[in-house]
Amino acid sequence: MKEFRDPHPDLPAPSTSVGLLGWLRGNLFSSVGNSLLTIFACYIIYLLIVPAFDWALLNADWVGETRNDCTSGGACWVFVGARFDQFMYGFYPESEYWRINLAFGLLAVLLILLNIKQIPKKGWLGAGTLVLYPIVAFYLFSGGVLGLDVVETSKWGGLSLTLVLSGVGIVASLPIGIMLALGRRSEMPIVRAVCVVFIEFWRGVPLITVLFMSSVMLPLFLPEGTTFDKLLRAMIGIVLFESAYMAEVVRGGLAAIPKGQFEAAKALGLKYWQSMSLIILPQALKLVIPGIVNTFIALFKDTTLVLIIGLFDLLTTVEAGFKDSNWLGYALEGYAFAALVYWVFCFSMSRYSQRLERKLQTGHAR
Amino acid sequence: MTAIEKAGAGMGISEEVMIEIKNMHKWYGEFHVLKNINLTIYKGERIVVCGPSGSGKSTMIRCINRLEEHQRGHIIVDGTELTDDLKHIDQIRREVGMVFQHFNLFPHLTVLENCCLALIWVRKMPRKEAEAISMGFLEKVKIPEQAKKYPGQLSGGQQQRVAIARSLCMNPNIMLFDEPTSALDPEMIKEVLDTMIELAESGMTMICVTHEMGFAKTVANRVIFMDGGEIIEENDPESFFENPQHDRTKLFLSQIM
Repeated sequence: MKEFRDPHPDLPAPSTSVGLLGWLRGNLFSSVGNSLLTIFACYIIYLLIVPAFDWALLNADWVGETRNDCTSGGACWVFVGARFDQFMYGFYPESEYWRINLAFGLLAVLLILLNIKQIPKKGWLGAGTLVLYPIVAFYLFSGGVLGLDVVETSKWGGLSLTLVLSGVGIVASLPIGIMLALGRRSEMPIVRAVCVVFIEFWRGVPLITVLFMSSVMLPLFLPEGTTFDKLLRAMIGIVLFESAYMAEVVRGGLAAIPKGQFEAAKALGLKYWQSMSLIILPQALKLVIPGIVNTFIALFKDTTLVLIIGLFDLLTTVEAGFKDSNWLGYALEGYAFAALVYWVFCFSMSRYSQRLERKLQTGHAR
Repeated sequence: MTAIEKAGAGMGISEEVMIEIKNMHKWYGEFHVLKNINLTIYKGERIVVCGPSGSGKSTMIRCINRLEEHQRGHIIVDGTELTDDLKHIDQIRREVGMVFQHFNLFPHLTVLENCCLALIWVRKMPRKEAEAISMGFLEKVKIPEQAKKYPGQLSGGQQQRVAIARSLCMNPNIMLFDEPTSALDPEMIKEVLDTMIELAESGMTMICVTHEMGFAKTVANRVIFMDGGEIIEENDPESFFENPQHDRTKLFLSQIM
């Protein structure tokens, strides 16, 4: 009998079935119909991408001072460059820009510190950031202490206003939303009724209406001569509006927690607030991170609506820029820039939420 | 002697009443789940409650720590009557441990944190001390090496032993078991029952809703049979299994044995 002691070594797979070629064959050219579709799709992409690329990068003008420097026929980024300070700071006095830079720089440093694993006692750092930072930032922005000049809120604008509005909205709407969600599931009829009415009222009204009411109608009801900062009113409107949405997202998470978790917490002798904050909410919030971040992103973009009550957020500032007679005709560049800025912020939030979800994964399945 | 035989050997039951249930009724809406329950449980007793599903046995033991509210009658646990008074409820829950069919461990906390949680927040104990106590009980249920894992990483039997350890950490006088082995794969039932047997040997007052008749025969000093929301029959295990009095008991035993 013949023995096969030394089998022939395996031949490598044919180059047409592995690597890039194999992948292309398997996924894009597996049949005549698919091949035609692939070629057609590539053609469409070519038609769209090449002119956009030419316009935005190859044929664009990057340096200069005025519109006369834009000669090549592509995008005129000179416009964005010339107006950049205004897009970032609105009408904030130029000599005081450092205060805004300092405020956001401080926030960036704190956020980075909070995300470094090795730092001990992060709970205190986090609490400090939540409680003290807003106070510091408020005085940096508005001044009036330690020899800082007062800057009226009507001068705030641009990206910094957008960030202030959405930052306050995000930080305030989550806890209020959690309270409303717990209230809506409460066994106390009055608490439940109040929360249901609040949530349904604010969810049922468009944000534009809320902002209009806060700026136009509210002063009519207040006693003559009461001044109530317009920015503050817009902020309150946004916070109340978004917290109603947040409440429903959180309620979805609460509903997904099995009854056994509540019972085990009770059986161990934990009180209502203890079992909520230690057992139920950590699990429920983790479940609805995608929904929460979705609401945050929507909130971030909804802040553009403050333009209707005359606040100059990023988008409004950009629009004001290209309506200036010196720069007429550069709307596309302006919108493209604004879109890019919004996208960068929203995409970062989205990525951060995905990281958070992975980090908090503890093998939930039972 | 095996552990089971040892457990069966006479264990001290004192005269002290731990739980007294008098003329207790409970309704779910129109549905009368528990009808005139009367039961006195002495310190150190190991009671097994059995009966067909829907007979109200789980509901009855869940009334003892107020996971369910009773509408009529009295439940007195270690001298404290269960009423709407939250102080009484808190006091009783601190004395009564409970183990659930589906374990109900907290999946976002490690095994050790599961055990420490109530010690830290209910007993207000420093974390170090709580961890030492928890490790002690995890050793008792023979899984100290799993302390840093999350419940989702353990087998069903291990999870249930953690749940038992978590309850024991609170140093309860009474342990309630609500079908502790019903959700387990057959090969894991034994490890949980062994843990419960050891607990019985230590003199713990136990009330156990279970279908494990082997456990009832060897560990229980009294078996209670429920059907249709009533206690139909109660007796010592030997008489209960050898010589059931009621037709419904006979029918039930013939179906499960």
